[in-house]
Amino acid sequence: MAEDRNVAWREDLRKGLSNKERTAIQRVKMNELEPAYRARVREEVNQGLTKEQALVEAKRCLDCPNPTCMTGCPVSINIPGFIKNIERGEILEAAKVLKETSALPAVCGRVCPQEKQCESQCFYKLKLKKDAVGIGYLERFAADYERESGMISVPEIKEKNGKKIAVVGSGPAGLSFAGDMAKMGYSVTVFEALHEIGGVLKYGIPEFRLPNKVVDVEIENLRKMGVTFIKDCIVGKTISIKDLEEDGFKGVFVASGAGLPRFMNISGENLIGVMSSNEYLTRVNLMDAANPESDTPINKGHNVAVIGGGNTAMDSVRTALRLGADRAMIVYRRSEEEMPARLEEVKHAKEEGVEFMTLHNPIEYIGDEKGRVVKMRLQKMQLGEPDASGRRSPIEIPGAIEEIDVDEVIVSIGVSPNPLIPSSVEGLQVSPKGTIVVNEGMQSSIPMLFAGGDIVRGGATVILAMGDGRAAAAAMDKYLK
Amino acid sequence: MNKIVSKENFSENVVKLEVEAPLIAKSRKAGHFVIVRVGEKGERIPLTIAASDTQKGTITLVVQKIGVSSTKLCNLNVGDEITDVVGPLGKATHIENFGTVVCAGGGVGVAPMLPIVEALKKAGNRVITVLAARNKSLVILEDQMRKFSDEVIIMTDDGSSGKKGLVTNGIEEVINREKVDLCVTIGPAIMMKFVALLTKKYEIPTVASLNTIMVDGTGMCGACRVTVGGKTKFVCVDGPEFDAHQVDFDQMLMRLGAYKQEEQADMYKVSKQ
Ligand SMILES: Cc1cc2nc3c(=O)[nH]c(=O)nc-3n(C[C@H](O)[C@H](O)[C@H](O)COP(=O)(O)OP(=O)(O)OC[C@H]3O[C@@H](n4cnc5c(N)ncnc54)[C@H](O)[C@@H]3O)c2cc1C
Ligand SMILES: Cc1cc2nc3c(=O)[nH]c(=O)nc-3n(C[C@H](O)[C@H](O)[C@H](O)COP(=O)(O)OP(=O)(O)OC[C@H]3O[C@@H](n4cnc5c(N)ncnc54)[C@H](O)[C@@H]3O)c2cc1C
Ligand code: SF4
Ligand code: SF4
Ligand code: FES
Repeated sequence: MAEDRNVAWREDLRKGLSNKERTAIQRVKMNELEPAYRARVREEVNQGLTKEQALVEAKRCLDCPNPTCMTGCPVSINIPGFIKNIERGEILEAAKVLKETSALPAVCGRVCPQEKQCESQCFYKLKLKKDAVGIGYLERFAADYERESGMISVPEIKEKNGKKIAVVGSGPAGLSFAGDMAKMGYSVTVFEALHEIGGVLKYGIPEFRLPNKVVDVEIENLRKMGVTFIKDCIVGKTISIKDLEEDGFKGVFVASGAGLPRFMNISGENLIGVMSSNEYLTRVNLMDAANPESDTPINKGHNVAVIGGGNTAMDSVRTALRLGADRAMIVYRRSEEEMPARLEEVKHAKEEGVEFMTLHNPIEYIGDEKGRVVKMRLQKMQLGEPDASGRRSPIEIPGAIEEIDVDEVIVSIGVSPNPLIPSSVEGLQVSPKGTIVVNEGMQSSIPMLFAGGDIVRGGATVILAMGDGRAAAAAMDKYLK
Repeated sequence: MNKIVSKENFSENVVKLEVEAPLIAKSRKAGHFVIVRVGEKGERIPLTIAASDTQKGTITLVVQKIGVSSTKLCNLNVGDEITDVVGPLGKATHIENFGTVVCAGGGVGVAPMLPIVEALKKAGNRVITVLAARNKSLVILEDQMRKFSDEVIIMTDDGSSGKKGLVTNGIEEVINREKVDLCVTIGPAIMMKFVALLTKKYEIPTVASLNTIMVDGTGMCGACRVTVGGKTKFVCVDGPEFDAHQVDFDQMLMRLGAYKQEEQADMYKVSKQ
């Protein structure tokens, strides 16, 4: 790293512009579609930076001798390394630096909660109390540039070592693991339960935030590297881990995610029109239900309430707007400050006209004679002492109950680990929460079985899932040698 | 993958398809189902695995034309491929020798009941099958049911075939004449509700196989949820079979109507074909 910083061109760059001049530059503004327009279409909201904008933003980065930003990134991406390559105009080189650490930079640049991770630890933020360098924007820029240039480098593959490896699930954890193992010469097969590859990146996160084509290019790349994908195959149902072993698979990486929706178990939750965000987003994203050509139906609500304050809730509420809702509301029991969603999503949602009913918690849904939800009862809350999560806990204000009209309610209060693998493998150590227990090398209590991503962490993030995939690949390679 | 190797028309609206799916053929048990998708814009629909042949690597589906997706599937021919077939899903049926079992099916439930009737018979039960339909032309799979039943009772609303009356009249007739150890019912929710009320009266254990709306079929979405014994259950992973006396059929009935309007509007797609 340090040597990397001392190469001649970087020293020249640093000399080329004083820190004073660099810090005088304002943080770039992302080019976005107009709220009124974008709230009714599926097009990606963030349009990316132009090359000119990116070159200017890259100048802001001070190429710190001790780049604290990297400590904020869960996989320690060489942040100044890639940004300085952008500054000198070597964008493809910047993309290469990103790929040394991240399998999916175009995805992470879009969906990482940067304000809590890399950007929160940037020198600008920590010491100058200014806006951080747009690390996420630049990451996305470099990755998009490489993809659009058509010059994506297919990584070198070591000579095939003849060892077969299986991956369960094709989300970010599975994909990044598959890429690394393929590079090391293993024959990798990814088994996916659904009819699409990509996990949450496909069925969860909507097009307006992460276009499918971005993910498809990465999958295509893995195919070029020799990774085999088998769709419609549920490990634990269609085939068992034992079958895989008998078939000669030497290692299995379980990346089956946290796909089970949670409900609140309150009265009226099974009325028509009340559904999980998983169901709602799966219908719209995976099944394309809003398209008249699609056979999958969806009810388009007029008054839509989404329960929750995370990314999934924001994605659902903004999807409801795009399907034509007159009123789209977030109902969240804490205040905006405690919302786990990315800052940018909250901002975008507000600009698009989403109403925020914070400090409200649903206690009952009321239906009409056909069993369709027509009203919900809300308990008003106030903030008390911080709880185990460090956030101030919501407490009821006695008697403060209100009723609002709704015809669609989307419950988005979190997910639980997918129980299929934990329950179908004998002797596998599982935590009380249903996650698979692993050591620091992502290895489970069954030596040939490794696991990572949401099935190990519960609901987490794309970058952590991806990091797990890479850590597991390194550890499994060692184990198999 | 998923090539149709044989097709037989049981009646105008019911088709038997034998489909290549070697892995599913090997791992499935009676009562399991698959999720099938026809075409890239197709819907995921659940269908019971009626039989399998591990040698040939095939599974058999018996499909009744109900709406767009089932009709699209029935319109496929030998040699065509089904876009997606995934499974086996759900919990397998608990099959043992109970003694005398009444299997009561109607409407959309007759096709998925066939493999259960067969499995119960093979386990040594005395199987009495009651098939209900509005009129003679809607009675399906009668011959196939006869093959595995000790007796088949047909009930029609207008008496154009078998006896005039409802499925419950047929069941009660059997209960009044002999000891019944178990009742299995599959059909429209309203039918299962009345079967459950009747057998409750006589305290006969009853299993209902619930055909709720599904999307993924793997426990991921909750579209299939029902209330059983006061608790929310997911039919695709906790079922599809439940103690009929515990199921909230009124709620299930309502939920089945969730997309009725859109589904009817969608029918132009098959009439256009
Ligand atoms: C709507 C939504 C928005 C989100 N937004 C963000 C965001 O902005 N930023 C962020 O960092 N994170 C976000 N997340 C969280 C993030 O997507 C997840 O943490 C991440 O996808 C987890 O990756 P994974 O590889 O562990 O699992 P997943 O992406 O869940 O993939 C698991 C895959 O395994 C398959 N599978 C499961 N069981 C089996 C089996 N038995 N056999 C075969 N296949 C199986 C599943 O079908 C699925 O495709 C969001 C999540 C959702 C739902
Ligand atoms: C576990 C399970 C196993 C099944 N096994 C079989 C099988 O082996 N063979 C078979 O033919 N069918 C079976 N079904 C039912 C089958 O899935 C539905 O008929 C199919 O989904 C209808 O899709 P469609 O698009 O053709 O009709 P749609 O357009 O979805 O429906 C048309 C009309 O029929 C009604 N309807 C739809 N589905 C049902 C239902 N399940 N019960 C009552 N009314 C309904 C709708 O309300 C609508 O008005 C099974 C269902 C489940 C849940
Ligand atoms: S991967 Fe995410 S956290 Fe790491 S540098 Fe990129 S945007 Fe920041
Ligand atoms: S901390 Fe900020 S300024 Fe320093 S290297 Fe990282 S991104 Fe650049
Ligand atoms: S069909 Fe989605 S959970 Fe049962």
